[in-house]
Amino acid sequence: MAINSATAYLDNAATTAMVPEAVLAMSQQLSKVGNASSLHAAGRSARKVVEESREAIADAVGASPSEVIFTASGTEANNLALKGFYWHRLAEGRNVIATSPIEHHAILDPLEWLVDHENAKWLELDVDQNGQVLIEGAEKKIKEVANSISLISIMHSNNEVGSVQHVGEIAAIAGELDLPIHTDAVQSFGKIPLSFRELNVTAMSLSAHKIGGPLGIGALVLKKGLDLTPVLHGGGQERDLRSGTLDTPAIAGFAAAATIAIAELNSRAARVRKLRERLISGVLAKVENTSVNSAKDHLPGIAHFTFEGAEGDALLLLLDAQGVQCSTGSACSAGVPRPSHVLLAMGMNDKRAKSSLRFSIGPSTTEADIDLVISVIAPVVERARAAGLV
Amino acid sequence: MKVIAAMSGGVDSAVAAARAVEAGHEVIGVHLALSANPQKYRSGARGCCTVEDSHDARRVADIIGIPFYIWDMASEFHEAVVDNFISEYSIGRTPNPCLRCNEKIKFAAVLNRARAMGYEKVVTGHYAKVVDSPTGPMLNRANDPEKDQSYVLAVLTQDQIAGAMFPLGDTHKVDVRAEAQARGFALAQKPDSHDICFVPSGDNAGWLRERLGSESGSILDEHGKKLGSHKGAYTYTIGQRKGLNLTVPANDGSPRYVLKIEPLSNTVVVGSHEKLAVSKISGSEIKWCGPVPGNEALRGFAQVRAHGQALPCSYKFDGVNLTAILDEPLYGLAAGQALVIYDGDRVVGSATIDHTDQAIGSSNGS
Ligand SMILES: Cc1ncc(COP(=O)(O)O)c(C=O)c1O
Repeated sequence: MAINSATAYLDNAATTAMVPEAVLAMSQQLSKVGNASSLHAAGRSARKVVEESREAIADAVGASPSEVIFTASGTEANNLALKGFYWHRLAEGRNVIATSPIEHHAILDPLEWLVDHENAKWLELDVDQNGQVLIEGAEKKIKEVANSISLISIMHSNNEVGSVQHVGEIAAIAGELDLPIHTDAVQSFGKIPLSFRELNVTAMSLSAHKIGGPLGIGALVLKKGLDLTPVLHGGGQERDLRSGTLDTPAIAGFAAAATIAIAELNSRAARVRKLRERLISGVLAKVENTSVNSAKDHLPGIAHFTFEGAEGDALLLLLDAQGVQCSTGSACSAGVPRPSHVLLAMGMNDKRAKSSLRFSIGPSTTEADIDLVISVIAPVVERARAAGLV
Repeated sequence: MKVIAAMSGGVDSAVAAARAVEAGHEVIGVHLALSANPQKYRSGARGCCTVEDSHDARRVADIIGIPFYIWDMASEFHEAVVDNFISEYSIGRTPNPCLRCNEKIKFAAVLNRARAMGYEKVVTGHYAKVVDSPTGPMLNRANDPEKDQSYVLAVLTQDQIAGAMFPLGDTHKVDVRAEAQARGFALAQKPDSHDICFVPSGDNAGWLRERLGSESGSILDEHGKKLGSHKGAYTYTIGQRKGLNLTVPANDGSPRYVLKIEPLSNTVVVGSHEKLAVSKISGSEIKWCGPVPGNEALRGFAQVRAHGQALPCSYKFDGVNLTAILDEPLYGLAAGQALVIYDGDRVVGSATIDHTDQAIGSSNGS
């Protein structure tokens, strides 16, 4: 294998480069002073930026500005939704949380914590082999224990295999039963059409750094008039549901990125989708015994492969050495690579799950990036397969 | 050369990796995750492979500018090392898990994987030397006699030694620490790990009892007279003196030692020190670190413990077993330990001890 000096960043689902507009918006704010909760001129000017940003983000996601609650990450938004609804509705004797088994760790781990420490019960809604929640089964399970359900939480699209869920259909079931429903839309926002209002969900999590905004800022979109139990107590800055001085520069960067992502959504998606097709056909042409894990409805930028007989860890190391940066998609629990819970829930065995790799394409990905992967993939898989036999 | 540096998060492997980079090799750092449920933090010198250790290893990789990955070897380690440890104890033998780990994990599972991926050698922080010779690479003792680890590497074949790189073989431990400090590694003063890494509490007997049960049995003297009782014969080792809790003193008041362990009847036999004398040691599972000797008797040195003395001996390989006859007897030797033969500083090879000529209990323990 030749040593390449070229690199291809194909881990945009983990995080993606900030767009120049977001860098600009953010850096303009970084040099200013002002706490958005202060009453004087500096405070008012920060507050103006925050509220304009809130309006822009609300617009981008089809919500009202008052429905947008800023958090420090998508993870925090998910924690607030799960714990907030759980604690708030516990008094009514509701202790069941319904989710799919393919949720992000930022859902499954707070859920597990609630189960272990707060007597919560998990209602698991099954998924099919493509990573999509089975609607009929979900409806049946939900209806059986509807009176005990605190919250339903189904991700809008999956971060590993890219499958898009039928959240609207589940929201309709929830609506019929008057149950709150949350969706983790961190991967969908800015990539595929998404409207809080049209989906008719109760709450939705967003994160800026997946759409070209800064790290460390997210939002929980929450229907008006609804109350949750806060997770962070303090100044009560965000509707008394979330405390902490507002991060004006990050919020400004988030809004700039969201605005561009929505304005360019169709053209970006079309480009990214084409690159994904190029990658998939190129890889499949070069490597035998390889399959693509994908649902019919999928995110434009995620290409997820199983390379039979090769371990994902070995593939990742060898590709990294060739300048190709991708992900096994598996969570690194306690530093130890484990087979992905998503793939296992989709019915894959441990071995196949460990032989999988995610390439995620973003707006800044080029054809040259894709062609670099295609040019190195065959010898890399061959070596990883040899290593898998020892 | 493309090499994989096994980085435990300790000071030795950190400096070894740094030296490999400086020697011009293309190095990739790998931390072996050997437990499926690692502890979060180290407690003192106990245990290893905690999340904190992998973090320390990663920081070193950042500083020396190499890529870093974690390889999950937990199931391989469990099968080859932990299960073997338990089953050896259950039949009254005393295994050496570090040696097993080098043989089956670091220079087998890891080396083979590295080679298949196009990497030629595995770099570790072991104190030992690989010396080239007309008959191929040879394994030699390290310069630092206190730290020399050639004993726990004596299970490697010449092909495995060819795939090993030990950059610390010519350096003393104090200098390795100083070098780590000079290189700005935060782990420079981290204590050395002792004990058995998968028994983080350091309580081997308790750990074994949890896995093998704690049925009590008798402690007998050489004539079969009961002197006391114990909670699991396998928690004892031949030559052990402490922890017997005997209430009946010996006739002459001299201390008593474990002479024999009988797992089947769950009995421990104790007696006087001279009964531990061993002059003839034989073992199987022979590994030659260099050329295979003929079947004539040869002179050399035998070592039976990681930091034991090298005892002058003659040794002979009959094609199946390796037998060493010591010039002077040694006292207290358990089956399951490794008999390592040296020719000066060179490691000739090793065997796992099955039999000795100890007056009582000269068996494999069963
Ligand atoms: C589906 C999903 N939810 C939540 C998160 C967490 O978001 P954040 O990184 O902002 O905490 C991520 C990204 O890691 C994600 O992919």
